[in-house]
Amino acid sequence: MTAAAPDTGLKSPVSSKRPWTSARITGHVLMALWVIAGFYLLVYLIGNLEKPILQTALPYLSGEWAEYARERISTYDLDSFLGRYWKQYIHGFVVTLEIVGISLVLGATLSVPLAAARASRWWVFSGPAYAYVYFFRGTPLLAQTFLIYYGFGSFRPALETVGLWWFFRDAFYCVIFAFSLNTAAYQAEILRGAIQNVVRGQWEGAYALGLSRPVTFFKIILPQALMVALRPYGNEIILMIKGSAIASIVTIYDLMGETRRAYSRSYDFQAYIWAALAYLMIVETLRRVWDRIEARLTRHLKR
Amino acid sequence: MNEALTLLSFGEHGWGDTIARGVLVTVSLAIATLPFGLLLGFVIALAKNSSEPSLKLAANIYTTIFRGLPELLTLFLVYFGVQIAIQQGLKLIGVETYVEVNSFVAGMVALALVFSSYASEAFLSAFRGIPQGQYEGGSALGLNRYQTMWLIILPQLIRLALPALGNLWLILLKETSLVSVVGLADLIRESGIAARVTKEPFLFFGIACLIYLILAMISSAGLTRIERWTKRGDAAR
Repeated sequence: MTAAAPDTGLKSPVSSKRPWTSARITGHVLMALWVIAGFYLLVYLIGNLEKPILQTALPYLSGEWAEYARERISTYDLDSFLGRYWKQYIHGFVVTLEIVGISLVLGATLSVPLAAARASRWWVFSGPAYAYVYFFRGTPLLAQTFLIYYGFGSFRPALETVGLWWFFRDAFYCVIFAFSLNTAAYQAEILRGAIQNVVRGQWEGAYALGLSRPVTFFKIILPQALMVALRPYGNEIILMIKGSAIASIVTIYDLMGETRRAYSRSYDFQAYIWAALAYLMIVETLRRVWDRIEARLTRHLKR
Repeated sequence: MNEALTLLSFGEHGWGDTIARGVLVTVSLAIATLPFGLLLGFVIALAKNSSEPSLKLAANIYTTIFRGLPELLTLFLVYFGVQIAIQQGLKLIGVETYVEVNSFVAGMVALALVFSSYASEAFLSAFRGIPQGQYEGGSALGLNRYQTMWLIILPQLIRLALPALGNLWLILLKETSLVSVVGLADLIRESGIAARVTKEPFLFFGIACLIYLILAMISSAGLTRIERWTKRGDAAR
């Protein structure tokens, strides 16, 4: 390390030893705790994988090893948690993605007129839009879901005469309805904020160039606004994925619903651990993909 | 209309007192969670702001987990996890019983975990808004690290973090509704009971929503006042 460089004869500086400060000790202790937690997860995983591994390995084994594997498979109850429930988890995963996907698209559609109304100069439009946004952002999603799923049952006769009862009778439709209305309010605010964030000069510049208002809006304002809105939109998708767990409370078997069912049948805490891993995976993947998209779309702004 | 008013009145025939009790539980859960969440969030922000890589990494793992998990799942993890942990612990010393965790405490812990991981981000960005010169100034005045933090950094930090923390408080207030799922008799649960008994779900869940709105309005007004109070030094300039 301190050998003299052949051409100059100078010694490179000795790297100073980092002292064991209290911060460093705490950091290492905490990291050790995380590593232990991760290790436990691995133990769980291996416990679940033992049977399939032994089964696939059996044909290639001979002698004592085959004997051992056969014994393990037959005598012990290796019918693992995941072996029993993985299909349910996949099903729940798909349902969660369905709920989130449909609600987000419907919410986005609804958010456009809502944002326009909210930004309108006439209170006849802006007033109700403000009330709508305030209501859906100010109350818990759970309460909104209950209000729609249970509450609309109060109007059953009326809904039956209009022929809409089939819709409000089904928990799945109700959840989609509630989530769409909820995310529309949030998305409208994102959209309005982003559009109003574009400086006035952009409008004026387009006007000076003789562009019509629609062309200005779609070709000049909207692209700049969407750039600003990208991050909040990503956050809204993540919030929606997390919020969709609420659907399990009104009898939907989404990822969370399947998890609760698996737990109530097996009393195995693993049920929640696997759900946690699944949700973390979805959210982290989405976050990373979104970062990529954002980096790609804003590459012209990089200096 | 009159019927609805009778149902909502206080006393023998109405559900007013039941719902009022629920509101009290909701509000006290949120208020009880707040100090723990703030303190934990501040400590985690300190860890993220430190120059020690291992400490930073440990804090980042924490926030990644609790910001990525649905709040409902965190609640279940805490509620059932703590229960199982206590039972296992008792088994080690030879006691086998069934333990039920108080849903208020479980809710408090779960919400504090979530709140702290978001609050740490708010504090962290506030830390970044404080110029290095403030620390150097403290050191030049002969203050030690704790005095600098307490007397110079923290007052500015609160001012910078307050808008984000205010939002988090509003979110916390709404998230308390989830604790009703593990049996806490909060606003949502009490209105649910009222709705089932009276067969008037729209009325009672509507009232619940309105009460949440009113709580949010009161909070916003309070937050505006606090914000003005923290900015009282700016006005003189």
